[in-house]
Amino acid sequence: MAVEQQDLKLKANANRGLSQLEGGFDLLGWDEVTQGSVLPSFDGDASNVAFQKAEERSYSGYNSYTATVASWRVLKPVFNIDVCIDCQNCWVWCPDSSILSRDKQMLGIDYDHCKGCEICVEVCPTNPKSLLMFSEYADVGEALASWPEKKKKEKK
Amino acid sequence: MAITSIKNLKEFSTNNDRFEGAHTLCPGCAHSMIVRELMNCTDDNLVISANTGCLEVSTAVYPFTSWDTSWIHIGFENAATSVSASQVMHKVRKKKGTLKDNDAAVKFVAFGGDGSTFDIGFQWLSGAFERQHDFTYICLDNENYANTGGQRSSATPIGATTSTSVAGTHSYGKKEKKKDIVSIMAAHGSPYVAQLSPNKWKMMAKGFQKALETEGPCFINTVSPCCTEWKFEPKDTIEITDLATDSLMFPMYEIVDGHELNILYRPKNILPVEDYLGAQGRYKHLFKPEYKHIIEKIQSDIDTDWARLQRREEARV
Repeated sequence: MAVEQQDLKLKANANRGLSQLEGGFDLLGWDEVTQGSVLPSFDGDASNVAFQKAEERSYSGYNSYTATVASWRVLKPVFNIDVCIDCQNCWVWCPDSSILSRDKQMLGIDYDHCKGCEICVEVCPTNPKSLLMFSEYADVGEALASWPEKKKKEKK
Repeated sequence: MAITSIKNLKEFSTNNDRFEGAHTLCPGCAHSMIVRELMNCTDDNLVISANTGCLEVSTAVYPFTSWDTSWIHIGFENAATSVSASQVMHKVRKKKGTLKDNDAAVKFVAFGGDGSTFDIGFQWLSGAFERQHDFTYICLDNENYANTGGQRSSATPIGATTSTSVAGTHSYGKKEKKKDIVSIMAAHGSPYVAQLSPNKWKMMAKGFQKALETEGPCFINTVSPCCTEWKFEPKDTIEITDLATDSLMFPMYEIVDGHELNILYRPKNILPVEDYLGAQGRYKHLFKPEYKHIIEKIQSDIDTDWARLQRREEARV
């Protein structure tokens, strides 16, 4: 599973050229842009996009998929696949489309688009949570090693 | 008609996102949850238009676009106008057979914030509904002009402090009640009008699918908590919507053909409205002893409204 996740991440990042939202383009100035200008989201045919996964699409450089907002983040969510029950709550409520979910399985987090809002951690129903927030600079291996134990229900 | 399965969340999650990340909406903003859900609940081609607002300025940051579908933006108030024009053009060209793919199903959707729906774009929205164009209008209701610094709009509820209705020693915030936009749009004779919330994802997806399937202009008001202006932690977005629906501040209901009202969600335990108000910074001042009567007023308004909805559901008029 770990290898597959790594592959998917590589694929997902393969057609990303830009590192930041600003810069990297020869942009027209505000007084040079004409009315009715169009930004194509894809290179070539885009009629079948609804049936293609992100890694199968041919994104153009104008699609924000090729950009990143990773610098917004202070804390990052870390995903523990051993605890996850693939309920997909995090997928449906992630505001930044950054939960990588394929074939009904949660595979990981797209750290280029995640803004660290912590909603995925809040909606995670497992015990202990399969997503937890750590410092942006924390090592993922160490974070996984320090995962909390299952909490027992307190008897009243 | 290619409607995707929403039987359970696992099946729903096999959809391919057509709304890309790296837009510049605030972390924890509910706008993008609602937009993603709409785009995931159908496989048809979509033509989307957006009014000026948070959604427009943050998903089309030049030179980037976050939309994998056709997306058009003209003026502040023109989402309903531009999408109804596109719909007419599509209809005519389909008749003439000049489209690239004449059989492809296309759905038309317009997004607007509450400012551009309740106030600025209302005339255009009302006109498009009167002309009976086949489109779905979705209002992302965050109860203020969040894009320009949180001014009051006519969707701001009574008692909320905003940057132009500031609470202090002489004022308890906004003094006027919120417009009942759902009833106004139902009165246009729209075939499907609903109020939905993102915390009940299945109900919302069902409502979206119904609106897309229904021929004619459909209106959906969705609750979209704004962590910046409502003043709560970004991680609490879903919890705030839970409180909003359970305290009946935002009852979830639909009105079919202008008269058939169905309540979609009846909370098992109706929470007191204090729970909802207390979770947000913009109502903090209401808990001072001198403004306690405003909370009582909000609660009694909610009770009256809930009774009205239940009686309308029974009466079917």
